[in-house]
Amino acid sequence: MQNTALLTVENLCVEIPTRRGILKPVDDVSLQIAPGEILGVVGESGAGKSMTGNAVIGLLDPPAHISGGQVLLNGKRVDNLPREQMRRVRGKQIGMVFQDPLTSLNPLLPIGDQLVETIQEHLPVSQREARDRAVAALDEVGIPAASSRIDSYPHEFSGGMRQRVVIALALCAEPDLVIADEPTTALDVSVQAQIISLLKKLCRERGTGVMLVTHDMGVIAEASDRVAVMYAGRLAEIGPVRQVLTDPQHPYTAGLMGSTPGASLGRRRLNQIPGTMPGLNAVPDGCAYHPRCPRAEAKCRAEPRPPVSGSASCWFPGEVKI
Amino acid sequence: MLAYIIQRVFQSIVVLLLVGLVAFSMFRFVGDPIDNMLGQERTGADIARLRTQLGLDQPFPVQYYKFLSNAVQGNFGVSYRQGRPVSQIIAERAPATLELAAVSAVLAISFGVVLGVFTAIRRNGVAANLIMSASLIGVSLPTFLIGILLIYLFAVELGWLPSFGRGDVVDLGWWSTGFLTASGLKALILPAITLALFQMTLIMRLVRSEMLEVLRQDYIRFARARGLRDRSIYFRHALKNTMVPVITVVGLQLGAIIAFAIITETVFQWPGVGLLFINAIQFVDIPVMAAYLMLISVMFVGINLLVDILYYFIDPRLRVDRTAAAK
Ligand SMILES: Nc1ncnc2c1ncn2[C@@H]1O[C@H](COP(=O)(O)OP(=O)(O)OP(=O)(O)O)[C@@H](O)[C@H]1O
Ligand SMILES: [Mg+2]
Repeated sequence: MQNTALLTVENLCVEIPTRRGILKPVDDVSLQIAPGEILGVVGESGAGKSMTGNAVIGLLDPPAHISGGQVLLNGKRVDNLPREQMRRVRGKQIGMVFQDPLTSLNPLLPIGDQLVETIQEHLPVSQREARDRAVAALDEVGIPAASSRIDSYPHEFSGGMRQRVVIALALCAEPDLVIADEPTTALDVSVQAQIISLLKKLCRERGTGVMLVTHDMGVIAEASDRVAVMYAGRLAEIGPVRQVLTDPQHPYTAGLMGSTPGASLGRRRLNQIPGTMPGLNAVPDGCAYHPRCPRAEAKCRAEPRPPVSGSASCWFPGEVKI
Repeated sequence: MLAYIIQRVFQSIVVLLLVGLVAFSMFRFVGDPIDNMLGQERTGADIARLRTQLGLDQPFPVQYYKFLSNAVQGNFGVSYRQGRPVSQIIAERAPATLELAAVSAVLAISFGVVLGVFTAIRRNGVAANLIMSASLIGVSLPTFLIGILLIYLFAVELGWLPSFGRGDVVDLGWWSTGFLTASGLKALILPAITLALFQMTLIMRLVRSEMLEVLRQDYIRFARARGLRDRSIYFRHALKNTMVPVITVVGLQLGAIIAFAIITETVFQWPGVGLLFINAIQFVDIPVMAAYLMLISVMFVGINLLVDILYYFIDPRLRVDRTAAAK
């Protein structure tokens, strides 16, 4: 596993120094993604999903920074690369798709120019060839009449079409890994499924690994191979999607799946759990979930926090059922 | 596109008509032109003759129409003080002001944009912070004080540059230029800096804050995520988006440079239209004042029109939205 993994995140920690102390939006997270595999990442708002993705691609906004652990891509560390080398990794080896296609594209540049500049930045091709590739990339993501629309501006496309353009941009230099941070949240329900299946299809064809951050359990069930559940910056559970959805080991995952058994069957958002996730400045000792956990005991409230044993970070895995 | 421009031109004309009305009203309400022209010794016959000659016996709208049609043809009447056609006087003075304004504008825009971009990109750098602090001084010192300080330093103490006047000029027939002689160029330096400084700091601070705003946008993040170089991110993606709001303000500032030239020209005794206007006020030379007012407003309106059209070329979204709205 160690050798075949495309992405290996080991004990990753992200810190934000603030006036009221150091916040840890990502705390000791480890995960792996194999080539061609889609890893879904779920969790409540503020759980640290985006932070994890940004840390992997090296786009944390200061003062947030990686304070521990490592990120390996194809076996090579990328978290400590010099700025210029990391820039070359972005786009070429790791692509990224953002949430809102309306704001992801530069409004003043035709989409073709944005594609061509990305292709030429990473691949040794001529202007002409880059343009041909740009047309092909648009064609691949399902933009009709790609060769005539390549000089259109972003505002001339609908939201769904723009997200296709964004995907074309993220994939045009053929990265090995794509981080898709809620790629369908800002879209019409009617086009969400299309975008997800497009992403899935393209990555399957090319063997691209995907880190798919989403709130939509339907998307997770449909698209991902494995799923990671995050809570208060920590990994609560990680495992094959069938297993996590039907037989969750962590009480938090079970809570997310909620009262309806077989969450994988219906398309719906995450279920509400009583209480709220603690703020980053008030993460409790021990297991971060214990104040809301029906199974919590004294052991859960004390340090050390539960290690990830099997697939869940819990002292009593599998004891709380859906 | 055409409909848009026509609409804007139409608006401009309305504005100019209103300014024309104000300028024209000065003749009627600020002093009596007959008084002004005839002086103390006059007869009733003289007054009546002059009244008909100047068309003052005609109804107000007719007079206004005549004033406008004359103004459009470049005829602003005769200066009370110099007894020569105003258009001729202004044509003599305009090159001095336009050359000064042009050099100042180039200084203000080029330094303003470059420093604005620099201080935005190196937001936390020492140099950027120094420049920002210095710019506060530039914004808060009044223009005439800057002029006087520069004169004191470079003309009085160091003796490097002349303290007043335009130096030697070369007459090209319809234009007199100071660009072609050493003394003309030297004389230009201090007034140009004085006039440019305030606009430069303004443009710099504006470019900086707009640039910082743009750098926070998603498409900049996405550009970084695509692995583009800093150069491309700053100058291709960010600067262009910064320019959309900056252009409006810069356009207005160009107008302001010409208007502010009054102060600079007074401090440096620069023989331009600003100084002409100041002198005209002292002597209540209304034809000159009216002509100056009209010229300045034509300039402002023209620049505004140009800015709107520029917008249109920079921002593709306007091209669609405006035509859709016009339908
Ligand atoms: N500059 C900052 N200062 C303090 N806290 C921050 C800062 N930036 C982010 N955070 C916190 O970091 C935490 C993790 O944020 P992140 O964006 O990763 O959440 P997320 O799981 O992606 O949530 P969402 O589902 O809403 O996108 C949040 O609690 C957020 O409040
Ligand atoms: Mg997020």
